[in-house]
Amino acid sequence: MNKFIGKRWLKDRVSMLVDISSMKKIMILGVITLLVLIMSTGIGDLKIAPWKVVSVFFGGGTSLEQLVVTSFRLPRIIIALLAGMALAVAGGILQGMIRNPLASPDIIGITGGAGAAVVAFLTLFSNDDNTLMVSIKWMPVAAFIGAAVIAFLVYFLAWRKGVSPVRLVLIGIGISALTQALTTLLMILGPIYRASQANIWITGTVNGSDWQDVWILLPWSLIFIVLSFFITRQLNIQELGEEIATSVGGNVQRQRFLLLLMSTALVGGAVAFAGGIGFVGLMAPHMARRMVGSSFGALLPTAAFIGGILVMVADLIGRTLFLPLEVPAGVFTAAIGAPYFIYLLFKTRNS
Amino acid sequence: MSDILQTKDLTLSYGERTIIDELNIDIPKGEISVFIGGNGCGKSTLLRSIARLLKPKQGSVLLDGEAISRLSTKEVARKMAILPQSPTAPEGLTVLQLVKQGRYPHQTWLKQWSHKDEEIVQDALKATKMEELQHRKVDELSGGQRQRAWIALTLAQDTDIILLDEPTTYLDMTHQIEILDLLFELNEKEQRTIVMVLHDLNLACRYAHNIVAIRDKQIYAQGKPEDVISCELVKNVFDMDCQVSRDPLFGTPLCIPFGKGRCILKAVGETG
Amino acid sequence: MKTQNQFFLFIGTILFLIVCIGISIVYGYTDTSWRIALEAFTNPDGSTEHIVLQTIRLPRALIAATVGASLAISGVLMQTLTKNPLASPGIFGINAGGAFMVVVAVTLFGVTNLQSFTWLAFLGAGLAAVGVYVISSVGNNGLTHMKLTLAGAAITAMFSSFTQGLLVLNEAALEQVLFWLAGSVQGRSLDILSGVFPYVVAGWILALMLAGKMNILAMGEDVAKGLGLKTALIKFIALLVVVLLAGGSVAIAGPIGFIGIVIPHLARKIIGVDHRWLIPYSGLLGAILLLAADIGARYIIMPQEVPVGVMTAIIGAPFFVYVARKGF
Repeated sequence: MNKFIGKRWLKDRVSMLVDISSMKKIMILGVITLLVLIMSTGIGDLKIAPWKVVSVFFGGGTSLEQLVVTSFRLPRIIIALLAGMALAVAGGILQGMIRNPLASPDIIGITGGAGAAVVAFLTLFSNDDNTLMVSIKWMPVAAFIGAAVIAFLVYFLAWRKGVSPVRLVLIGIGISALTQALTTLLMILGPIYRASQANIWITGTVNGSDWQDVWILLPWSLIFIVLSFFITRQLNIQELGEEIATSVGGNVQRQRFLLLLMSTALVGGAVAFAGGIGFVGLMAPHMARRMVGSSFGALLPTAAFIGGILVMVADLIGRTLFLPLEVPAGVFTAAIGAPYFIYLLFKTRNS
Repeated sequence: MSDILQTKDLTLSYGERTIIDELNIDIPKGEISVFIGGNGCGKSTLLRSIARLLKPKQGSVLLDGEAISRLSTKEVARKMAILPQSPTAPEGLTVLQLVKQGRYPHQTWLKQWSHKDEEIVQDALKATKMEELQHRKVDELSGGQRQRAWIALTLAQDTDIILLDEPTTYLDMTHQIEILDLLFELNEKEQRTIVMVLHDLNLACRYAHNIVAIRDKQIYAQGKPEDVISCELVKNVFDMDCQVSRDPLFGTPLCIPFGKGRCILKAVGETG
Repeated sequence: MKTQNQFFLFIGTILFLIVCIGISIVYGYTDTSWRIALEAFTNPDGSTEHIVLQTIRLPRALIAATVGASLAISGVLMQTLTKNPLASPGIFGINAGGAFMVVVAVTLFGVTNLQSFTWLAFLGAGLAAVGVYVISSVGNNGLTHMKLTLAGAAITAMFSSFTQGLLVLNEAALEQVLFWLAGSVQGRSLDILSGVFPYVVAGWILALMLAGKMNILAMGEDVAKGLGLKTALIKFIALLVVVLLAGGSVAIAGPIGFIGIVIPHLARKIIGVDHRWLIPYSGLLGAILLLAADIGARYIIMPQEVPVGVMTAIIGAPFFVYVARKGF
């Protein structure tokens, strides 16, 4: 049964191949994502029924409901969604580029770099009575700069007449260890309050997000996520290996650079606002692969929705299950992610 | 017969070690050329540098008279395809998804699946007898089927030249013949130039119009197998003593090595 | 390298080690002199200076040497077992497991003393190792080097994230364990060393006994089996040694990285790949490196100290990158 349909317009000048069954799955996932968004907004200290949540979107509901939804819940849930989507897409891109199903943004050291920058920011800009000299609004900038600097350092160090995936991963691991050591050093030298703050960031949380954050992250993530859909053909051939990719006319080095650039932008944005949430970039592409296969045209959107759902759910659990304590979402992405990682190993044990 | 591929003073090296030294070769158009040589003599390296997968230390490769280094990689891809040794496909990819990647050099972002693309991919699947298997996952196929899928990818690229690096290694005899027959047909029917590295000398003699023996960083001999293959060549290139006979089915040179083994030939004069 | 050369090199390195121990004892926040140091151990007269040397400097130097040697030797074993030149005991989950256990004890059970950290870390390291061993043994090939690497990475990731989660929930705990988590040889008494020492020595002896067999194992699983080596048993004992040595190190000094990766390479370059020389020589070099790192850690941001684990990362990472660039 042919699940593919060719679509052509303008006398064959524009054409594409559509995988029907994957399209259906992606649309269903999109709907689920929206539902999770709405439901999650309704759950918490004050429970709001889903249809009431929707009415708040359109201006209705009591003023208390409006306050809770628009000021407290919606911003953080949207940030969770965007971060999850960005991390998932970045993870998918990196796995395709590195040709290793265990690749994730953490491996390239990007998250570690962001963490070190955050701790540096918190300790360097604190004066003696433990108050921050600079507004905390600048912390995401620090995180992003840290992510970008480390990504390019790793790329530069891995470059030797070109970048090979193995070198990239190994050097990423080495640089990660270095940033980890620096992070620990800074945490020790600074006041414990800052260390604790940094630690929370490192674990990954969307607590305290506001609409300003959303208006920055939304366009940033969406632009790069949409851009990623334009390079799926390049990703597909990259996955076939350097030789085949060159044989069919792909400029391998240039593509790798662009792909790294894109994933850094996505991860940088995500960690700037959601902290060092781990495992999403690893898990979401895998789950997507099980659902729609390895072709990136279907894989990336699927992974994006799965990632968004994962982080929203992790955040939901974190802020409701342990009331009045608020557990960072990163703890739950790890709690689900680490065993899933082990399960993956178990599953591929005979290969 | 004009030459579609040439090298001029090609020198290839890995670090300090020179593999190929100032080699000049002309590959005739529309023929099957096969590189042979001992282990590590550089035949794969030579093939890969012709395919621009490897940058030469010195010298150049010419495609249709133009230096390959001056052409864009997509332009080269429209004229020449290479199938490397042991390619790996990501898990979960179907045959169709794999083969259609071969259309990459002919596609742009807007034009991702024209009628021609679809036609050529289906033709490639037909030629390799993979039509029925096109929705199966590549990693679920047998060795021979998988290799045919990869060849279908190179066919979908629709190039005049196809390079193959040891396409029959790790395949059993049936599948080896299957693949080589397929390549022979493609050359016969569509006049595609085929250049490959084979490790089996006798198969090379049977299928090649032009055999190139590599030894000592240079070409030792080149030409039609029946003109070129001799005991002396086999001794110098492979360091093996043999008797060169004629293949009883095809008449092409058949190389039979001396050495140990059960000899059940009757001595002259014996009966019974 | 000729056996005679190897021998002289070995002796020379031992002497250098002794010098390093001496330097570690004599120099630091307050410098003393070599003469006084010698007196403190041959003819102690109860003066403050002598007591400091005996109770603070000497244990510190001995711990650095012991831990450095143990980490280096376990690194050699891990690299041979996983056939990965960038493997280290840390990858095997040992550091992460040890840290996790300590943090659990602090956050959930309110444990505070260093002595307890020691045994908890040992326990955690052992559990992580068992977990990795079990996970990587499942499947039809048994324990392959690939599975070992991946299982180690998975367990490490898991314990690290749980550790972090617990620390997020408990700020006070963070304060207590932060320095320990960075890895340090400072502030530990001789008791801690002597408690764990028997295990570490057992590890050293077993490692030396395994050396010849590791040479055979390095040639490949099938070759080794073909030569009659009981590969499963040897691998098990090797992992046991790694737990004893690296687990013991974590127990004494907290998680210290890079020594296990860097030293085997250096040692191989200097003395060759024969494990019978490689293992003891790596031990010597590891001891020297950690002592040097510790001495450096005292001076860099004097009067404060950098935890030695941070120092080894700062020294080790560039080296690691260099190896990765060259070899891959």
